[in-house]
Amino acid sequence: MPALKELEAAYLSSKKDKAFQKELSELQKTYIGRPTPLYFAKRFTEHLGGAKIYLKREDLAHTGAHKINNALGQALLAKRMGKSRVIAETGAGQHGVATATGAALVGLDCEIYMGTEDMKRQALNVFRMRLLGAKVIEVPIGSRTLKDAINEALRDWTTNVRNTHYVMGTVFGPHPFPSMVRDFQSVIGKEAKKQILSAEGRLPDLLIACVGGGSNSIGLFHEFLKDDVNMVGVEAGGHGISSGEHAARFAGGSIGVFQGCKSYLLQDEDGNVLGTHSVSAGLDYASVGPEHAYLKDSGRIRYTYATDEEALSAFELLSRTEGIIPALESAHALAEAVKLAPKMPKDSIIIINLSGRGDKDVEHVARIKGVHI
Amino acid sequence: MASSRITKTFKALKKQGRKAFIPYIMAGDPSIEKTKELVLLLEDCGADIIELGVPFTDPLADGPQIQRAAERALANGVRLRHVIALVKDLRKSTSVPLILMTYYNPVFKYGEEAFMKDASEAGVDGIIVPDLPPDEAGVLRRLSKKHGIDTIFLLAPTSTPERIETVVKASRGFIYYVSITGITGARLHLGSSLKESISRIRSLTDKPVAVGFGVKMPEEARAVSGIADGVIVGSEIVKRINSEPQDFSKLKEYLLSLRDAIR
Repeated sequence: MPALKELEAAYLSSKKDKAFQKELSELQKTYIGRPTPLYFAKRFTEHLGGAKIYLKREDLAHTGAHKINNALGQALLAKRMGKSRVIAETGAGQHGVATATGAALVGLDCEIYMGTEDMKRQALNVFRMRLLGAKVIEVPIGSRTLKDAINEALRDWTTNVRNTHYVMGTVFGPHPFPSMVRDFQSVIGKEAKKQILSAEGRLPDLLIACVGGGSNSIGLFHEFLKDDVNMVGVEAGGHGISSGEHAARFAGGSIGVFQGCKSYLLQDEDGNVLGTHSVSAGLDYASVGPEHAYLKDSGRIRYTYATDEEALSAFELLSRTEGIIPALESAHALAEAVKLAPKMPKDSIIIINLSGRGDKDVEHVARIKGVHI
Repeated sequence: MASSRITKTFKALKKQGRKAFIPYIMAGDPSIEKTKELVLLLEDCGADIIELGVPFTDPLADGPQIQRAAERALANGVRLRHVIALVKDLRKSTSVPLILMTYYNPVFKYGEEAFMKDASEAGVDGIIVPDLPPDEAGVLRRLSKKHGIDTIFLLAPTSTPERIETVVKASRGFIYYVSITGITGARLHLGSSLKESISRIRSLTDKPVAVGFGVKMPEEARAVSGIADGVIVGSEIVKRINSEPQDFSKLKEYLLSLRDAIR
């Protein structure tokens, strides 16, 4: 608790600190490569035959996903707070890689918690983190996936709080994490708004993003919340809701309190947390950021899901029509566009957050298709 | 309001110049029947108050010993409602004060009002909810008062003066001082800082202070009992139960050695 108060105070003062903001925006530009392009996906649009589709190319950010926006911000904050060590959890490995990168850049010790199962599925990212100088700590307990890695990281933080900052990877956990991570990610929506106004002279009709913990989606949506723009968040439908093997918290969960916040949660009738499934490790999580829960309940944003099969099909479709291999997470957002775009008029505009690139998933997809590489 | 069974226990011990021995076990590990047997064994071995862990899938404040015990109990099908039923059953044979240590979500899902009512009727004396800080616990505190259940909150070495004040006010029964920063079962460092922390709390309240997290061996228990009003031992007991889940004779020796050390 004192750690959360300390973090909140440091974060609020950093927001007002011009030197900190200047360093952050300079690194966003020269290190991450921001602004990332807003790309008109002409052949993907033509293939679907309806709304014009733009892709916000977070896959082109350094390390290959939006995760770096937050990890870099928090690494700078950790240094400002005088911490010598950062820790983080990771599922697919993207946030772990981003945190290891931020730590290397700023000069901090870095340890990443990762479930045994995820380490097996994402061996490449484990090696990347080690190359970046981070220590990867295996979590062999519980379901051996992301939620257990978060438990371990929180335990580490409560033990080593005096010299350690916990770089939470998504808009979850206790305050101030959900709002702080959202603020670091909101650069996505701020850029997209400027870019679409310059390309089309008007705001889009619809925004689509995938929702795991919910950081890339809130990063795109936040800037447009007060505008007349529709939004859809896409969760992981796994093998379908009735199968019980999914990570669709809104479709299949109920309100619970987990890992420091109150939100929709996949749980049994006794309040124990259920296992989840998704083809994409980044969406494979039992709960969802509390701000999304609020935006769902208030009716501002519609939430739906795409199944593994739909996501895989969109993964291949974008690769073929645009020469862009998307992350399997982002493919869930693309799958929703495949359903909606054909029904929308040709002069309507959709922006999809292409939250990450798919290189990390290529082996996994090959395995699913039964191809040996 | 009549004083609770926990408060009475501490008062009686104080009169005798003794300190409380507060063991913790995980309900349902190795089975709910064995837990019943273990509670009676703990009482026989001189436990003054007993903490029953409620199994939860994501026990954030606990170390690996207790998490694994929770996994075993969950695999045995043991849930919060079964632990409440166990207490009800135990009340036929013992009046030792019983505290449930549970994470918040199972209580939230059960319904806070229903939980307090059922727990109180079953004979639960107190609750510890390690992931619910007192400033978020308004409803639970009100309901627990109404149903005569003590709410015990945690303090850590990193707690600020404001936090100490809040916890001291919100706690009933006793105050749980976590001797280390971190999780249950980690290593204890006994030093002057523990003494200082306890006296800082004592300067604010007459409520008893018990120390837990990290107490394993009789010599540590003895040292802690020289400072605090009660000594909580959890992970080490849970570990010993699991290493010999059918035969508690060695466990009994260990418990008696703890009891002897806590004076």
